[in-house]
Amino acid sequence: MNYRTLLFIPGNNPGMLHNSDILGADGLIIDLEDAVALSEKDAARDLVREYLTSFKTKTDIFIRINPLDSPYFYEDLDGIKDLNIKGIVLPKAGIEPMVKLDEYLKENNLDFDIIALVETAMGLELSLEIVQKSDKVIGVFLGAEDLTLDLGAKRTKESKEIEYARSRIIATAKAMGIQAIDTPFTDTDDMEGLRDDTLNAKDLGMTGKAIISPRHAEDVNKLFSPSEADIEYAHRVVEGVKVANEKGLGAFSIEGKMIDKPIILRALNTLKLSGDYKEEYDEILK
Amino acid sequence: MHKKQINKMATAGTVESNDILIMMSKGEGDINIELESIVEKQYGQDIKKVIQDTLLAEGITDVNLVAKDKGALDFTIVARVKTCIERGRGEADEL
Repeated sequence: MNYRTLLFIPGNNPGMLHNSDILGADGLIIDLEDAVALSEKDAARDLVREYLTSFKTKTDIFIRINPLDSPYFYEDLDGIKDLNIKGIVLPKAGIEPMVKLDEYLKENNLDFDIIALVETAMGLELSLEIVQKSDKVIGVFLGAEDLTLDLGAKRTKESKEIEYARSRIIATAKAMGIQAIDTPFTDTDDMEGLRDDTLNAKDLGMTGKAIISPRHAEDVNKLFSPSEADIEYAHRVVEGVKVANEKGLGAFSIEGKMIDKPIILRALNTLKLSGDYKEEYDEILK
Repeated sequence: MHKKQINKMATAGTVESNDILIMMSKGEGDINIELESIVEKQYGQDIKKVIQDTLLAEGITDVNLVAKDKGALDFTIVARVKTCIERGRGEADEL
């Protein structure tokens, strides 16, 4: 599944946990890290456990554990390993943390996905190497607040200071065929700013965005969904490929434009995002 | 369930909406629960039962417990009681 939105839910907040499944995000990130005070780490783990063992959620759940260089990394993993979750968000992703997490998951036979949260200068520069350390990584996620702190850059709404980081994360994700997840837009009231920021990220190649407010879910989902015109064009491309295959043609055109492999792949991706993808399309390029 | 002992005063939870604040101290031979809740009339007995069942399931039979409830659901009550037990099981504070 491509996550257009991943909504952060503080791990020690019972009201937000209880409502989290109906807030419209494609996935949830229950946070045991920054949203939880040091003195409440144990309480958050207990609360998340009881919530997830009491309720069956429809939305995919990821848990952001504490980083390897904290005392809670293994306590968090031990506390959540038997829960019905989709995966883990690894903060301060680096080579050693990814290796340790991968080892833990394999030793415990856990089929969790990993999202690598890149939020340090070192993590950014090594991002390709980091995600190659585990075959469980399904996404790379830019954490711009901590990253700009590490870079000594001023964080602005225009986000020019993270253009390089966004592109680097996107290149890593595309090289590995995984999702590129953008940093949250932190002003929960500025809906126009949210839309501009999301479009900037999408135009660069991000495939989804983390959000910190349920108010952002609808707009961001919409912006990361293909338009009706895109979907209609994708269907025409796929139909064209089918006809060309039947006739044994190597190439064809639509409205005078030659349709080649990248355009077909883009059309198939559009259909995946729109939910119109059919299993038979797996064979289309074979 | 292995029997556990509350050795020192402990708290867990908050008085925020949807939460419950649990305070525990060493008991006098049995379980004593004092509850204050915004829904005491309707659900007071149910809340006390969830607390009592959780204590027994965790092996606690000797405790004084005070709970201030702000509309917590069962999963929250169970979680806060469990956290409080773990916090209260440490070494007793020296006076």
